[in-house]
Amino acid sequence: MGWFKRLKEGINTRRKKVIPDGVWYMCPDCRTAITSKEHAQNYYVCLTEDCLYHTRIGSAEYFDIIFDGRRTYLFDNLVSKDFLNFKDLKTYEDRLVAAKEKTNLNDAITVARGKVNRLDLVVAAMDFKFIGGSMGSVVGEKIALSIDYCLEHKVPFLLISKSGGARMMESAFSLMQMAKTASRLTRLAKAKIPYFSMMTDPTTGGVTASYAMLGDINFAEPKALIGFAGPRVIKETIKKDLPAGFQTSEFLLDHGFLDFIVHRKDLKQKIGDLLHLFRPAKEKESGEETEKVEVPVKVEANKEEKVIKKEKT
Amino acid sequence: MVFLDFERPIEELFQQLQDLIALNEKSDVDMSEQITALENQIKATRKELYSNLSGWQKVQLSRHPERPYTLYYIETMCKKFVELHGDRCYGDDKAIVGGFGSLDGQTVMFIGHQKGVNTKMRQYRNFGMANPEGYRKALRLMKLAERFNKPVVCLIDTPGAFPGLEAEERGQAEAIARNLFEMAQLNVPIICVVIGEGASGGALGIGVGDRIFMMENTWYSVISPESCSSILWRSWDYKEQAAEALKLTPQHMLDFKLIDGIIKEPVGGAHSNAEEMAKILKRHIKKELTELSIIDCEQRIEQRIEKFGRMGEYETIAIAEQKTEKEPLS
Ligand SMILES: [Zn+2]
Repeated sequence: MGWFKRLKEGINTRRKKVIPDGVWYMCPDCRTAITSKEHAQNYYVCLTEDCLYHTRIGSAEYFDIIFDGRRTYLFDNLVSKDFLNFKDLKTYEDRLVAAKEKTNLNDAITVARGKVNRLDLVVAAMDFKFIGGSMGSVVGEKIALSIDYCLEHKVPFLLISKSGGARMMESAFSLMQMAKTASRLTRLAKAKIPYFSMMTDPTTGGVTASYAMLGDINFAEPKALIGFAGPRVIKETIKKDLPAGFQTSEFLLDHGFLDFIVHRKDLKQKIGDLLHLFRPAKEKESGEETEKVEVPVKVEANKEEKVIKKEKT
Repeated sequence: MVFLDFERPIEELFQQLQDLIALNEKSDVDMSEQITALENQIKATRKELYSNLSGWQKVQLSRHPERPYTLYYIETMCKKFVELHGDRCYGDDKAIVGGFGSLDGQTVMFIGHQKGVNTKMRQYRNFGMANPEGYRKALRLMKLAERFNKPVVCLIDTPGAFPGLEAEERGQAEAIARNLFEMAQLNVPIICVVIGEGASGGALGIGVGDRIFMMENTWYSVISPESCSSILWRSWDYKEQAAEALKLTPQHMLDFKLIDGIIKEPVGGAHSNAEEMAKILKRHIKKELTELSIIDCEQRIEQRIEKFGRMGEYETIAIAEQKTEKEPLS
């Protein structure tokens, strides 16, 4: 790979990552190289204008992007166990140990509460690096607890999906997490507490076929793979090549399954807008103030975007 | 008669029996005693074989080509049955059937996966693999049942939701997700019975209810043993091991408290005496419906959500840093 080093996709450690100068990142889509620092400053998005490849990032990075400042982690004390003594080429137990070591995470989802443009939000974000972001008992329980928490505190819920689907090593238990999460979401709907579902690359299988598709608002990052069956399985079934752009965010938007696609640099503002628009009527007057408050952007947006914003105002 | 590989001992005895019967017809000597003895031997061997089936053998039985399917059960259990078609959006899926039936005078909405009974019909039914319009038809029928306060019975028998190009275009994931969400809060009782294969989201898409049962020779899992083998073992050859590892039998599912009960099958499997199987199923459904109908509607929904809420195994650890505020990374 010569003088540049490709960064591993998704950085999940909670401590600040110091990126030294001279480290380069090559976009896997358009093969353009930029410094890793630039890449991180641009929300881990490719700078090439017609590419905009969104590198997979972890829960910690999403929390950084979304929350105003401090956040409180919730339900961090739940961990998976190999209760079926599942063994294929490796034991599930070994997989869990390896995943924890690699990611410094307890499981494939992390939940935190914080503020977005001064409005409360609970965010549950999945980590693909933890056994492919697979959904097992812990993922299901953390989502269920998040929903209970949102019900109790009357706080909107954002769930960021990034998963290959159900965790096979938990067999039917993982399957039932689909029913568990979907049924619990009915309570949120009944209480009229907004649930936003964001799909990122990739969101497939049982995750798509349960909570990911059940948002009051469903949205996605650009060019993410989103589907029920994986592309390889479909290709084998129909014995034909799949059309270009099949199962991408853009494809889903076109077919009516997404409300919108959002660039990562606009994510915080978009969520802030949604939270603002979804506020219950009685809060409107006191909340009006927050609309005027300019929230400083943590990472500098690129200049062109600023110019466009100026022109609009 | 179709014999599975593990039924070889029965098959051999059965051959002997056929020969003996043929011989008996031709000869003057009365062989009825030997015939009875052989018949008893077959019975005993079958009982012995079926009392200790492996996970993979249950999978094989659930796919037995002579096994009864949804429409057989409905038509055998109900005096009257009116099949209803279409999702009112796109089309009529042939892999999921449904309609109102009369169960000894009580109107029930029956919904189920349907497999074909011969080569031509198997194609027609898409091997019991539904497209989104199948799940949406199911939901439409459930809503119809709810409006007229009729209970819902779902019969599950699918190798999975269809992984096709059009299925994705029309939102397979959304259709299944929507069903989970709506079934969780349907105002009428729902009973689900796995009558054959219970594979993954395709099964669960009509599988959320107040009571979940499995027939004795069926399976329920997040993935089929074959696909599991191909992904985790990176080869199609480990389906038996995968079936064991997945712990997908009715007994496992009951022990895990993921289902509410097992419905006994006649010795030799549902296909060996389909009529008897339909009778057992009918008795079971009627009993459960009576019990469910006396529960208050709101309470029933709460219990349904709680039931699925309890599903999951994990550990809790003590974490000092839990619930402490953290500085952002950048
Ligand atoms: Zn690029």
